[in-house]
Amino acid sequence: MSVLYVLVIVSLCVALGFLAAFVWSVRSGQLDDDRSPSVRMLIEEREPTAPVEADKS
Amino acid sequence: MHMERFRYDNVIVRNFIVAAILWGTVGFLVGLWIALELIFPQLNFELPFLTYGRLRALHTNSVIFAFVGNAMFGGIYYSLQRLLKARMASDLLSAIHFWGWQLIIVAAAITLPMGLTSSKEYAELEWPIDIAIALVWVVFGVNMIWTIIKRRERHLYVAIWFYIATFVTVAVLHIFNSLELPVSAFKSYSVYAGVQDALVQWWYGHNAVAFFLTTPILGLMYYFLPKAANRPVYSYRLSIIHFWALIFLYIWAGPHHLLYSALPDWAQSLGTVFSIMLIAPSWGGMINGLLTLRGAWDKVRESVVLKFFVVSITAYGMSTFEGPMLSLKNVNAIAHFTDWIPAHVHIGTLGWNGFLIFGMIYWLMPRLYRTSLFSEKMANSHFWIGTLGILFWALPMYVAGFTQSLMWKDFNPDGTLAYGNFLETVTQIVPMYALRALGGTLYLTGMVLLIVNVIRTVRSGSLLREEEAEAPALEAAFVKHKGEHWHRLLERKPLQLTFWSLVVILIGGIIEIVPTILIKENIPTIASVKPYTALELEGRDIYIREGCNACHSQMVRPFRSEVIRYDPVHQQYSMAGEYVYDHPHLWGSKRTGPDLHRQGGKYPHSWHYNHMWDPTSMSPGSLMPRYTWLYSADGRDASLNTSLTEKKLKAMVKLGVPYTEEYIANWEKELMDQSRQIADELNKDPNIKVQPEEEIVALIAYLQRLGTDIKKADGLAGN
Repeated sequence: MSVLYVLVIVSLCVALGFLAAFVWSVRSGQLDDDRSPSVRMLIEEREPTAPVEADKS
Repeated sequence: MHMERFRYDNVIVRNFIVAAILWGTVGFLVGLWIALELIFPQLNFELPFLTYGRLRALHTNSVIFAFVGNAMFGGIYYSLQRLLKARMASDLLSAIHFWGWQLIIVAAAITLPMGLTSSKEYAELEWPIDIAIALVWVVFGVNMIWTIIKRRERHLYVAIWFYIATFVTVAVLHIFNSLELPVSAFKSYSVYAGVQDALVQWWYGHNAVAFFLTTPILGLMYYFLPKAANRPVYSYRLSIIHFWALIFLYIWAGPHHLLYSALPDWAQSLGTVFSIMLIAPSWGGMINGLLTLRGAWDKVRESVVLKFFVVSITAYGMSTFEGPMLSLKNVNAIAHFTDWIPAHVHIGTLGWNGFLIFGMIYWLMPRLYRTSLFSEKMANSHFWIGTLGILFWALPMYVAGFTQSLMWKDFNPDGTLAYGNFLETVTQIVPMYALRALGGTLYLTGMVLLIVNVIRTVRSGSLLREEEAEAPALEAAFVKHKGEHWHRLLERKPLQLTFWSLVVILIGGIIEIVPTILIKENIPTIASVKPYTALELEGRDIYIREGCNACHSQMVRPFRSEVIRYDPVHQQYSMAGEYVYDHPHLWGSKRTGPDLHRQGGKYPHSWHYNHMWDPTSMSPGSLMPRYTWLYSADGRDASLNTSLTEKKLKAMVKLGVPYTEEYIANWEKELMDQSRQIADELNKDPNIKVQPEEEIVALIAYLQRLGTDIKKADGLAGN
């Protein structure tokens, strides 16, 4: 049943890949805001206006 | 803040949606056809390419990969662009993805009815198509990830996480399950044998459900449900927990398809434990979806899109409750191999996938065509007819599953089987099959209404091919960090690097490792188990070609009711060591007909000869179709094609099957000797006239070999 080890290793690789992605998402602040994304996705894109000049900040 | 103007590509979305509608209709129609064949077997018109065994694979492949696949790509391409505030990175990759996928579907629609199949469920396509799938899939992934890199919205909305998980996991699953050794352009053998092949198959099979039919659809739910209800998802935090918990648990659940099989016990238990845990994230997702509509249920009354979504999410909840229950060994003992499993599957596919896709199409098409839906009323009719269709499909199959399982396990007081003839348990549930066909008809009728509605909607509007949009560039938010820009670059690179190295390592490294480990281990554990003869191997390939494993299992479970039924003389259940030369395994997952693993020697050759010619001659009332094309009769030449036999034997040797060089050198003589022997015995029957070259002889040779080796081992040798 050595294929079990292969599958466990492959599954672990996938899981570790996702774990890395999870760690990245936490550290890069992806999950800091757990409220506004669900509202922002609802906002329909405005009809495009004339190109806006770059802000002088 | 610098605003950038760009355009969303709506054409690719429209193309995928149209393809989904087209292939979905074909897939439903094939499904209905094979449902009718289980009531009227003569509906195959004695044509091989219209026979259940071959069409069943066409049905599953077309509804999973062509209907759900295309719809999911359409939904992803629509939502991804808007969630990232970016056009798809490459129009060329989008086009290659679309046309490549359609070509694969056409190839499947041609090869599967021809009997070109690997026999592995939901992965039946032969190796050249497998390679094409891998390539097109990578094109999809590159296009998606490239778009993510070019995005104008820093936050990746939860739906996108579901899409990424879909891409990564399906790629890995597909590659590992499809490792096969080609014999010719359209024939290959799985590199894994027996139990190992079964385990890889169901590791893939379950995760195909998880990552092709669930995660992408959840992503679509998290986008289209809030959009259609115009309110945020109930809890964004829950959606994130839902995602991470789901993907970490799903990949371990596969062995629950092999409970009570010859798979090691600990692997079965591992699968069960993870399957039970899965209920938590699954129901988290379902609750999150339904509670999104809290305080807005009045909208459901008015919006047909939301109606579809509500039934879809409810079906998701039902099937993800049922899944863990079916993973319990005691429940599985009843349900496995019965119609309960197709019922469970179709709650997920007709309800969860189908209805979410229908809702999405009704929401999407008017928007793409800048118009309103042609008829809300017609869509409402679709909703109700479709819902009835699901009920008529699933409920009779639950009844059928329970009924048949109880009949299989029913004993008389004297210890004999109450229903010793398997056929009795089949004819009992034929009325349920008829109701199921009615359910399928209703569901298909709903689809026809959708087609009419969509065509009329499209005609009343015009496609907004390029949708103008504008958003500030992402970098603008990082002006303060200008000095540290090099650092951000570095930060980003390891992520991509890790990802691609993972892919490369998986594909490159393990392709080499897997076969070597596996072949070494195929040392027979039971000394009396020997490789198939050349004739039996050819017979086995006919068994694969005709899709016999769609209706017949080859796995006698260790229950008294099964060993008495299938092996009355020796009462021996199936053991792992018996399958070491089975590339691929043919355990099957459904018993529409009886198990065949102990078939060898049970009946005389002439029984099989007459039975395959006309099953009702041996078993009155049988639902099995006639296989007349295996016989040279009525001017038909059914001679066995042996042009590949030597190559097949050599391929088997490469996979670790111990054919001697001497045997391979003399295969032709061995094959002819055995077929003559069988033909001679058959011709003793005055009503039979058979040539040794006919395909039926090879098939009989294989059937008579099945499960007999073990009997030579334990000194039980009887007939």
